[in-house]
Amino acid sequence: MSAISCRNLCKTFRQGEEVIIGLDHVNLDIKEASFVCLSGPSGSGKTTLLNAMGGLDTPDEGEITVGAYRLERMSKGELADMRLRSIGFVFQAYNLIPVLSAQENVEFVMQVQGLPAAERHSRAQQVLAEVGLTGLETRLPGDMSGGQQQRVAVARAIANQPALVLADEPTANLDTRAAARLMDLFVTLNRERGITFVIATHDVRVMGYARRLVSMRDGLIVADEQQEPHTMEV
Amino acid sequence: MRASAGIVATLAWRNLWRNRRRTFIMLLAIAIGVWAMIFMSALMRGMTDEMVANGLRNLPGEVQVHHLRYRADPSVVNSMPLPAGELARELERPPVRAWSARVRVPAVIASERDSRGVTLLGVDPRAEQALGSLPQTIIAGRFLRDEDDRGLVIGAKLAQRLETGLGKRVVVMSQDPDNNIADRGMRIVGIYRARLQGTEDQFVYAGRSPMQEMLGIGPLVSEVAVTAHDYRSVANWYPRLATAAGEDLEVMPWTELDTFLASYLSVQDGFALIFMVVVFLVLSFGLVNTLAMAVFERVREIGLMQALGMPPVMILGQLLLESLYLLVLGLLLGNLLALVSIKSLEDGIDISGVAQGMEMMGMGTTLYPVLALQDMAMSTAVVIVLGLLASLLPAWRAAQLDPIRALNTN
Repeated sequence: MSAISCRNLCKTFRQGEEVIIGLDHVNLDIKEASFVCLSGPSGSGKTTLLNAMGGLDTPDEGEITVGAYRLERMSKGELADMRLRSIGFVFQAYNLIPVLSAQENVEFVMQVQGLPAAERHSRAQQVLAEVGLTGLETRLPGDMSGGQQQRVAVARAIANQPALVLADEPTANLDTRAAARLMDLFVTLNRERGITFVIATHDVRVMGYARRLVSMRDGLIVADEQQEPHTMEV
Repeated sequence: MRASAGIVATLAWRNLWRNRRRTFIMLLAIAIGVWAMIFMSALMRGMTDEMVANGLRNLPGEVQVHHLRYRADPSVVNSMPLPAGELARELERPPVRAWSARVRVPAVIASERDSRGVTLLGVDPRAEQALGSLPQTIIAGRFLRDEDDRGLVIGAKLAQRLETGLGKRVVVMSQDPDNNIADRGMRIVGIYRARLQGTEDQFVYAGRSPMQEMLGIGPLVSEVAVTAHDYRSVANWYPRLATAAGEDLEVMPWTELDTFLASYLSVQDGFALIFMVVVFLVLSFGLVNTLAMAVFERVREIGLMQALGMPPVMILGQLLLESLYLLVLGLLLGNLLALVSIKSLEDGIDISGVAQGMEMMGMGTTLYPVLALQDMAMSTAVVIVLGLLASLLPAWRAAQLDPIRALNTN
């Protein structure tokens, strides 16, 4: 069964008089528990595709299915609710809410869902331990390094036990050591919990971790290949 | 539900203190605005209270009982008996604090030099004292001792016009119930000074019994004046008197007896509300600017929260709550400032330098600010309602942000 299914996705943007093609009849199926990288240069459409899969952006044409959800048929409110309950997000930067501590950031999604405090605290502490941030629970984002902040974001993304994590350039602001640690964490979570990871990146070191590499250019999928994953050299 | 409300409250409170300097400046502006609203209302209320109190002293009382036709024809024909039965019992019950039955007829007073038309009041001085309707200053002689006193007390201005004075005899003339002239020679035992010269010119005081004798009306009186010493609450208690008085008597509150004074009171209340709204409209620009800046600075953060699945209504709630926190803190501070400043002016503000014209309006030279819970409640309502309305637009705009655009904002 596919975790994600995209059929004939098209998306164009206007920049002044110019029409830019974001997605050009994209077809893609991603199975459950996959570890997929969307690669390509800037403007190739990988972030647009990732946003469409996450219900953050609506394609002009085509169909997207994420688990049991048909995204093109859902309202804005329903999409927000789906994101809240079924998908974990890791963005390139500005991932955390600055006025909340590490633990509160991890609890954020669960709190919006209305989970009881005891359950939230215990889950947050558990995932913070998993990402190696025990002892930093009360730190504010401003008092943490970029790598630590990204790990808090990962902890938040998985705390809710989603089936799918979408990550957009998660290592862009990290040094090699921090990037390697983050990618190792993604791989572990994928293997041990069966979480599907879809990562948009143009960092070749990150692409090496993927078992499936989807290459894009000008809104088109130009290559889609399975590969033997390997870690980055630190 | 409680958990999601909790995160909204936490974010609103912490975001409020992210830019402390801006928050403190806005807080101070709201506090000063609230202080100005309450302080000005207290001054206006003090002025109004004094004007109405002076007006009621001349009326007198907050409620008057008359014969049904007395107001149309205030002659002795339309006199009424002294209160008895149910009406007398009601007059002895709270909130009534005092009452006085008086003879009040149009009359002519003649000295050896001149004569004038006046209003002749036959009073029981003790009851009038409790009512608070006696002249405040006797500048010569004395006031009446009791209702049987056969002397006459006139105003200084009237004495001047009649070219008469203390100890002189004058003739008082009116009509009896048979339309015959009823007159009596009386000695002036006191001369009073009133705030208004018109009062000195018009009202002449005599004992009630001699006047009843002169007019031949036996124990009848023209009116019963009643006070609870709280002119604002009269609508709550006068209907009870009206019921007790029955259908042969007319019971009227001061708001109907002196419509000018009553309309002044409602104008004052309306003016206070307008003043509050104007002050807060000026403040609301600052509030909107503060919130708009806060949203502008946090666009990416709001985009992140939306991307993570926070519903727009929670974003809206978060920003409105942030505004509410600011308003409530400003209100607390403003109310405290108003309490302290009004308390410290309890002994009154000397306005003698500007009060000459005010005396003509029935005002004294000292202004006593009056702090009323009603004014504090009104300023609170104005600040909260208008403040939240002013915050609605920037908050709504934030809630409608497109998460992708917001996340990519530089």
